[in-house]
Amino acid sequence: MKYALYPGCTVLGRGRNYEMAAREVAKAFGIEFVELDDFECCGFPVKSVNYETFMMMGARNIFAAEEKGLDICTLCSACTGSLTEVNKHLIEHFDEKTRIIARLKRNGINYRMGRDITIKHFTKILYEDIGVSEIEEQIEKKLSNLNIAAHYGCHYLKPTDIYDNPEDPENPHSLDELIMVTGANSVDYNEKMRCCGAGVLAISEDLAYSIVRPKLQELSKNSVDAMVLHCPFCSVMYDDNQKKIEQKFEEKYNLPVLYYPQLLGLALGIDAKLLGLRMNRVSTRAFLEKVGI
Amino acid sequence: MEKLSPKFKYEVAQEPGGEDIKLCFACGICTASCPIREIDEGYNPRRIIRMVLLGMKQRVLSSDFIWFCSSCYACTERCPQGVRFTDVMNAIKNLAVKQGYIPASFTQQIDILKRFGRLYEIDEFDNKKRVGFGLPRVEKAKGFTNKIMVLTELDEIILRNNEK
Repeated sequence: MKYALYPGCTVLGRGRNYEMAAREVAKAFGIEFVELDDFECCGFPVKSVNYETFMMMGARNIFAAEEKGLDICTLCSACTGSLTEVNKHLIEHFDEKTRIIARLKRNGINYRMGRDITIKHFTKILYEDIGVSEIEEQIEKKLSNLNIAAHYGCHYLKPTDIYDNPEDPENPHSLDELIMVTGANSVDYNEKMRCCGAGVLAISEDLAYSIVRPKLQELSKNSVDAMVLHCPFCSVMYDDNQKKIEQKFEEKYNLPVLYYPQLLGLALGIDAKLLGLRMNRVSTRAFLEKVGI
Repeated sequence: MEKLSPKFKYEVAQEPGGEDIKLCFACGICTASCPIREIDEGYNPRRIIRMVLLGMKQRVLSSDFIWFCSSCYACTERCPQGVRFTDVMNAIKNLAVKQGYIPASFTQQIDILKRFGRLYEIDEFDNKKRVGFGLPRVEKAKGFTNKIMVLTELDEIILRNNEK
């Protein structure tokens, strides 16, 4: 199994722990990642500014992988959504594809057309390509006695009509199943489907932090050991900014936030250091002690 | 009071993603589903659609609240009429930018993207750290993003805004 790895800006800039854990977990399941030097921003930040710029930025990244005959594995849910939307548009509108390729070519950016490619979030690769039962066979250390809160995030699920095999966005299950296969308990909770608010962080910090708060409040009150997510934007909100939010509302949450491959990696018996677990902002020490590390 | 622009809804409908706005029958499920509206009542999807359909062009395009959408797609998933409100908001924002309305944080992001091709610069210091953690080096971006921004005239739009 071979994919071009598209880490995305936020993972490269702020999610080294996520990248480390994803690469370790991929290795354990024989997923080969290819690095493409041509990858730049997916276009998500300019979608609201100029749709044509967004379309061309996404398409160019897709063409870079297409030329090499590689499908793309994403780590960031915003990149996943943007690239999937553009890719679907290009596949369904061949005239658009040839128009954009020609427009890039006129401006000195050349890509050869290849077969249509697939964009897939790493979690979906684990869930669909590897599968829960295959993962279960490789579990070395059951993470029993852990209560984990799954945070799906918006773009991993929505808009459903751009995705192959979409889940019910009100009641998804892939991440819960992937958490339970580690032996941990995936808890049900009221605020489960709430947006992380990262989309408005650049517009209003107050507004963004107010969106984060209810989830942190609920989970810290209910003996949850950690929140598990799979998008670096969501992680910026819940992990990187948790201290700021505690200060703003004069509350204490102290909720460890892990990337899913970090949790799975522990269950696969991979060293916590290789999974970047010391780099999470909210200390994972007590969590790791409970796991027995 | 603002002079109304009855054709505004067609302008929005012509933008990618704005096509379905005229199907809205004002049930308000978008507003009821919106996590932003829950916190800030100044942001109200149903009201924004009504304002567009009524032709309140200048008030919509110059408002701060159009930039409050978190693009979570809750409204889009639940709309019984198939209005893709998240995309409608992008269509409205695209039009606002063409008129010179763009938040400073967006122009700053665009400037960073033009220079580094990514939202964060990955320099030698970062690469040393990456290699130390067993991660492959990340090469400097090749300037594709900048080129695309120039050829799609994003540059000129930003420049025009800076002059304002």
